[in-house]
This record gives sequence, structure tokens and C-alpha cells, in this order.
Amino acid sequence: MTMELPQQVRALERLLLREDIEQFLYQEAALLDERRFHEWIDLIADDIHYHMPIRRNVKFGELDHENTDAESEMSWFDEGKRTLLGRVRQIMTGVHWCEEPFSRVRHIVSNVQVVGVRDDEVDVKSNFFVWQNRLQEEVNVFVGRREDILRRDEETGWKIRKRLILLDQNVLLAKVITTFF
Amino acid sequence: MPARQDSALRKLVDLDKGLVAREIYVNEDIFRQELEQVFARAWLFVGHESQIPNPGDFVVSRMGTEEVLLVRDRKGNIHVFLNSCRHRGMKVCRYDDGNTLVFTCPFHGWSYDTDGRLVGVPYFKAAYKDRLDKTQFGLLEVAQMTNYYGSIWATWDPKAPSFEAYLGPYADAVRRCFEATDGTDAGVELFQPVYKWRIPTNWKFPAVSFDGDRAHAAMTHRSINVAAIGPQGDRNGGSRHVIQAEWSQTNYEMSTPELGHGGHNSIFDQPGVPPYEDTWLTEPGVDEYYRATREKRRQKYQDTYILGGEKLLVWPNTNVQAGLLSRILIWHPHSVGVTESWRAYQVDRDAPKPVKDAQRHYMMRYGGPCGLTESDDMENWNYAHAASSGTIAQRIPYNFQMGLDSSFRDERAPGMTLNYDIAEENQRSRLKRWLDFMEADSWDDLYPYAEPDGKGAASKNRERGSRP
Repeated sequence: MTMELPQQVRALERLLLREDIEQFLYQEAALLDERRFHEWIDLIADDIHYHMPIRRNVKFGELDHENTDAESEMSWFDEGKRTLLGRVRQIMTGVHWCEEPFSRVRHIVSNVQVVGVRDDEVDVKSNFFVWQNRLQEEVNVFVGRREDILRRDEETGWKIRKRLILLDQNVLLAKVITTFF
Repeated sequence: MPARQDSALRKLVDLDKGLVAREIYVNEDIFRQELEQVFARAWLFVGHESQIPNPGDFVVSRMGTEEVLLVRDRKGNIHVFLNSCRHRGMKVCRYDDGNTLVFTCPFHGWSYDTDGRLVGVPYFKAAYKDRLDKTQFGLLEVAQMTNYYGSIWATWDPKAPSFEAYLGPYADAVRRCFEATDGTDAGVELFQPVYKWRIPTNWKFPAVSFDGDRAHAAMTHRSINVAAIGPQGDRNGGSRHVIQAEWSQTNYEMSTPELGHGGHNSIFDQPGVPPYEDTWLTEPGVDEYYRATREKRRQKYQDTYILGGEKLLVWPNTNVQAGLLSRILIWHPHSVGVTESWRAYQVDRDAPKPVKDAQRHYMMRYGGPCGLTESDDMENWNYAHAASSGTIAQRIPYNFQMGLDSSFRDERAPGMTLNYDIAEENQRSRLKRWLDFMEADSWDDLYPYAEPDGKGAASKNRERGSRP
């Protein structure tokens, strides 16, 4: 199969964009896993909406009611940069007992899809598998999907302006969530 | 396995010395007995009428380890049913909430009306030959249910006293936990949905200590102020505490060892409610609303002596709290080493949206499994339980001696035992009631209880004019 030159250029542009975004997401995950939280928070846009809804068990045909609504309902996380920064400060006190000593956390990010491109923003979906091992034998596994809006940024390449985190759990099976997604 | 009615359990819980065997927190046989002796008898929190406003509405809830359905039937009456088909036990509902005409079991198709009646049985004529008595096989309904100012409570025991009698001297305080901030009875609603998460600890770790363990705060929550998550933002060093107006009062641990309820409360030296002090320094408009509602509440209670700071455990496993963190905390037993924690957050039903939003966001960042303040509680409850479970660990008791022998009574808080604000009086009260339940054959041995001073709590409350 042969492509016209303009088609080839567009395909190459898409490939480069996806490669750029994947590298950004992997680097973000590495910062979290390496506990470089202050560097991680620099990737967060000042106007971020960081939202992890609660997932309901709903009847067939009522899937629009599955995830809680940030407008009026409770979520696991529904916050902006100020609270995220508070979380970083708390972890870095050394007396935040549920992260002291630090857990071993590994973020596996995959299934990256660039689903929308605008002038300075892109819509990106990705899956995550987050492993947390704490003290000797405590293990928490968090699996789900993220829907991000990333904004181009001169300094960091991209900043995260919106992150919807769909955790695949109903009753939360971990006692706390102290990691970021 | 300690049998009922012998001294085995009593030897484990020595409240005179303030020493309690770790066994009662980690032993599986004792856990199984608790399900029968405590959770099948006591009044338990099920939900709130705001969760099921319309006929046919339902929400899944839980009593002890078992799932129940809170349902408003087609006539508008509220019911609580065990979520288990009368045929083979399958859950008749596997949705968290919704609206329905019938609950149809997905196994063989038995179906139940929203009032619990068995209304549909496949092959009723062909195979049962019309001989199945459907009236005997409706959904199992709780023995007693009450709508207490909007909150729904239930018990499986027909001999339990009325819920108000069960609360004893705390009936008014619990009622006020479901008031709007302007003093309107039954004036709150729950944010949806209820938080549900698993904590690897015995249910008594949180239930015995919550609103009865001021001593933990300074150490457990050392990291929180730097996060500055409170409504005051970075001011006051980011303190998570409420700014309080000047008001002459004394703070105590208060409880009823006879009934097991109790919390942190204040005795005001004057009738009425303290004036409002601005709290929501980072949320425009919210203080204006709460200042106005406080003024209404102050008028309602201007001639009434009431206990300050409605924050208490309703025995056995539900904390109700009014005020800045208006919420209901339920510690469901799951297994001996796992608690399923449920958390419902309340807000004035008629508050404007910006107030509801501010309240909701503060509650999310403060508490629960993702809240900054309470995550460190979970770590401590988790590993305190784990490190109590070993053979050698069980040879040594827990120490509950803080404030031992320094409790007192005060005529301004009839029926209650008081202690200094930082004590373990409430924890001892709860363990005393635990022992009562574990040893009692029936409610005959649990109620009516003997008032130590020989005076009825309710009648004294009326003397203080705290009831309308």
C-alpha cells in the first residue's frame, strides 16, 4: 500500500505526537515511582481538575449513572492543584504514617490513545496498573483507565489540565489511597 | 471458645483495672458471637430518607456482615429487608440503588413487591399446584425500624426497646445531629453515594475509640496541618480545627456506661448556642450562609441548656457528628480482621449549591480513604490489629487506664459519666456495654438499665427544658 506524500506526513505527525505523549506519561509515572513528588506536581496545570469518581453497580441501560458526578456527588478524589500540593507536602513530612516508611509503588501505563487534538491541547486515554507493596506483605492493586486533557507547555512539554480516573472497583478494597494516578 | 453466661469473657475485660485482653479483638470465635449477641440485637444505622425520596426507590445497605435493602414501597412506606431470596438465598438486588416495581431474583425468578410481599413464583400453578403459601415467603423484614428525624435505624430483635429509649440520655443529641444548621428538625440530606471501603482491622478498633480518643490526635495526625486542607486554608498554620467563638464552656468525654453511647461534648455555662465565628476563609459566601442559619438556631435554643458539640458513638458501631464535619460513620464488621467502613456525609437540605459544594469538597479531602486527615488512622488501626494477633502478643492486655477512677457525674448532664476531655472513659463505657451484650441472654438482661443515681435520665432532661 502506498500513501500520498501529504498522507504520509500526517501519519508521521500523528506517530510523533503519540510518541511524545507516551514519553511524557512514562516520565510522569517514573517521577511518582521514584518519589520525586515535587517534580511531579510541576507537571500539574494550575487549573487541573483531578477526579476519581466512585463506580456504582447499575442496571443495564443506566450506565450514565455508573460514575459519580463531580457536580453534586461524592467521589474518591475531586480536587484541584491546591489539595494535590497539600498531599505532596504531607507525604514529604516523614510523619505521614500511612506513607512512612514509603510504600513501593509502580505505575504501569499502557493502551495510550490520542483521541483529540486541538491547538494547544490533546485528549489522551490510557490504562493504568498500579502496584503498591507496603511494609512486609500489604499489597494493593489499582487498575483502571484515565482520560486526560494535556496542555502544551514550553518548560515541561505538557501539563495535565484534566484527569478523570476510572478505578475498576466499587467498594474500595484498599484501606487508603496515598498514591497519585 | 468462651461460652455465654460464664466468667470467661468477664476475665478478659477488667474495666476496674483498665486492662482488656487483646483476644476480644482478634479471636474468631468471639467475632462470630458478636454477630449474634451484638449485631443481631442492637439498633443499627441503615440509611437516610433522602436516599429514597420516591415510591419504588431503593438503596443497598448493610447490617452487621449482611446486606439489606432500604426501600420505599409504592405507598410511600419505608422498609428494611434482608437482601436474600426466600427460595435459595440469592441476592434479589445487585444494584447499588435505583427505582423498581419489583425485585426479581435472577436465579429462579421469584419476585417481590417493594413492600416485601412475594408476588411472583414461576411454575406456581404447574409445579407447586398452587400449594405454596406465598404469604409466608416474603422478603425477611427487620423486627423494628424507625425513622428518627430522617435517619433510618433498624434491629433484628423484636424485644429491643424503642430507638429513643435505646438512646436514653442521648436522644436529644442524636436528634440534633440530623437538624439543619438553622435548627430545623430533619433538615439534612446525605450526599450520594455513601463511601465504602475495607480496613484491615477489627471493627472495635474504630468503634471503641472514635469520639473517645482525643489522645491519638497529636501523634497520629502530626502531618496534617502542613497540608492546610481546612476551610481556613493556610491561615492558623493550616489547622484542621474549627475556629470557635468565645463562649463559656467546659469540654468533657461523656458517655453512658449503661447504654454504651457517648462522645466528646461540652457543657455550656449558659443556655443557648455559641455565636458563629467565620470558618470558611477560602470559600466566598459560605460563612454568610452559616452565620445566618446559626442566628436562627441561636434563637431556637436561646432559653435551653443543650450539650455542645454533637459528636458521639451510638452503640455499637455508628458515630453521628454534627457541625463542620456533619457525617455518619458506620463500622461494619466484615471478618475478625476486616472492617467495612461506610461514611455518609450530611448537608443542610435547603443550602444553596455553593455551600453544598464547599461542604462536599471539604469532606472529601478531610476524611475517608482518600482524605488527608484520616488516612493515618487507618494505618494505625491496621497494624495495631496485626501486631495484637500473635500468640505472645495475646498474653499481654491492652491498657485502658487513662482517666481511670477520675470519672464523675454532673447534674447538668443527667445519666452520663463525665471525665476530662482527654481520657479513655468512653472507651471503657463501650467495652462495658460490649460485655453486657456478649453475656446477656436477651434484651431482658439489657434493658431497662439501672441508673446509678436512681433517677430517670429522660425526666431530668425535661427539667432542663431541652425538649420541646
